[in-house]
Amino acid sequence: MLDFGWMADHIDELAYRTIQHIWLAGIAVGIGFLISFALAVLAVRRRATYGPILAVSDILYTIPSLALFAALVSVTGITLLTVEIPLTMYTLVIFVRNIAAGFDNIPADVLEAANGLGFTGRQRLWRVEVPLAVPLIVAGLRLATVSTLALVTVTSILGDSFGGLGFFILEGYHRSFPTELYFGAVPSILLALAADLLLARLERRLTPWSRETVVADPTTLVRTSEI
Amino acid sequence: MKAVSLEFRHVQRRYADLVAVRDLSFEVPAGNICVLVGPSGCGKTTSLKMVNRLIEPTGGQILVDGRDIMAQDPIELRRGIGYVIQQVGLLPHLTVGDNVAIVPRLLGWAAPRIKSRVEELLALVGLDPATYRDRFPSQLSGGERQRVGVARALAADPPLMLMDEPFGAVDPIVRERLQNELLRLQEQLAKTIVFVTHDIDEAIKMGDLVAVMDVGGVLAQFGPPREILANPASDFVGRFVGADRGLKRLSLSRVGDLDLQPPTDGFKPRPGQPLVGRRATLKDTLSQMLDADVSAAVVVDRNQKVLGIVTYDQIAAALHDGSTGSR
Repeated sequence: MLDFGWMADHIDELAYRTIQHIWLAGIAVGIGFLISFALAVLAVRRRATYGPILAVSDILYTIPSLALFAALVSVTGITLLTVEIPLTMYTLVIFVRNIAAGFDNIPADVLEAANGLGFTGRQRLWRVEVPLAVPLIVAGLRLATVSTLALVTVTSILGDSFGGLGFFILEGYHRSFPTELYFGAVPSILLALAADLLLARLERRLTPWSRETVVADPTTLVRTSEI
Repeated sequence: MKAVSLEFRHVQRRYADLVAVRDLSFEVPAGNICVLVGPSGCGKTTSLKMVNRLIEPTGGQILVDGRDIMAQDPIELRRGIGYVIQQVGLLPHLTVGDNVAIVPRLLGWAAPRIKSRVEELLALVGLDPATYRDRFPSQLSGGERQRVGVARALAADPPLMLMDEPFGAVDPIVRERLQNELLRLQEQLAKTIVFVTHDIDEAIKMGDLVAVMDVGGVLAQFGPPREILANPASDFVGRFVGADRGLKRLSLSRVGDLDLQPPTDGFKPRPGQPLVGRRATLKDTLSQMLDADVSAAVVVDRNQKVLGIVTYDQIAAALHDGSTGSR
């Protein structure tokens, strides 16, 4: 059975590990988003780059995370960089596809009207394309956030300084102490659920104009079940 | 803003394996509606889009108000030209009011001026500002969207408007209403309008000038609708305007254009004799006469007061002396 006394004694550490967990995931999601946004704009604007950009982000995604962390240690040591490079890399496949699909889904007549009205390229991007891509961009953000929050636990193999809530999971496993294992696993699931709900709410707030749900093309999107 | 003239001088648009527009020249005087009409592949939309440089000509010149468009900044040029397309292209994330305000905002107008202009325009196109301003495009009918599209194009009071099959996506009843409203607006605004359609009836109805185009951007005939209907320049134009071009010409004139025979004292219409208003077209009047199997119709005003008689012979004469088609 669960040892509630032990849990009560470790509340402070739980808070610390939760914050670390959010921090480690947040960096990867943030940087991954910025890189992917730039890549998606490039892919949509210069059509010839679309295929190669998607192909590269796909290939990066096929590298097993454990192998990548291990391999990076010999290059970047046990540092934040070793944690963040793989985490960021794995967000690319989700973000690039979703952001590019978001831009692609904008009806041609809307873009034509925007050009005819006299938007400059930059004004069109920020005032027309980005707002209209928000539903799919946020869908990507939700997937990337949830998957990154899950992957952060794996970084506990890099030592006590990392891992977020994964620290408890790994240590609980090593000590054959289920209480500690659940002490890490359950909050990390709750964290992912909370983040997903929060982002869903953000999307609704950003898209008061969209009354129907966006029907995403399943062939271009990565679904949660695949992650 | 005062309307401007538009001139095409030997304009061409070639693609690698296709000539969309070979050599197009015509001139639209300020304040006229010029309709580009022709079958698909005739380059009418390409020609329209070259005016605001959404497509760049590969040869020749397009002059707006005497100035070569290629010497102007394309963004500035577009902000100064109204643009309406078939699918409307309202920005779905902006309210009706914000859609209408797009060009004034791009031009940096002050907020109070934009607000009053939006209200003025919505009222102008027949949409109550208080009801419609804060709606999103998804909450409008097709006809309402198209009105917002027209209001948006008029927002910065451009002297030139480009309309690409603007009423092609709405049902026939709404289309006719929108056509009539545009003509009514035009009486007030007197813009220079280039209007693209594939529908010859719409071209005849809307155009002060009609450019009939053949595949490859060849100008088959250019002139006022009555001239195109009376004297088609080629077999192609004849086929395109249709075998009923005589009847079409009758639809260009109204009963009020004819010299009506005044009624004799104490005249009363016989039962079954058609009654028409002064605004009725000769085509509709003739149709009613044929229907009732009589050779004359009675012209009445709003209060059913008899104004005169119009006869079959008068209508036939109007067709033959070429006096029909005055607008």
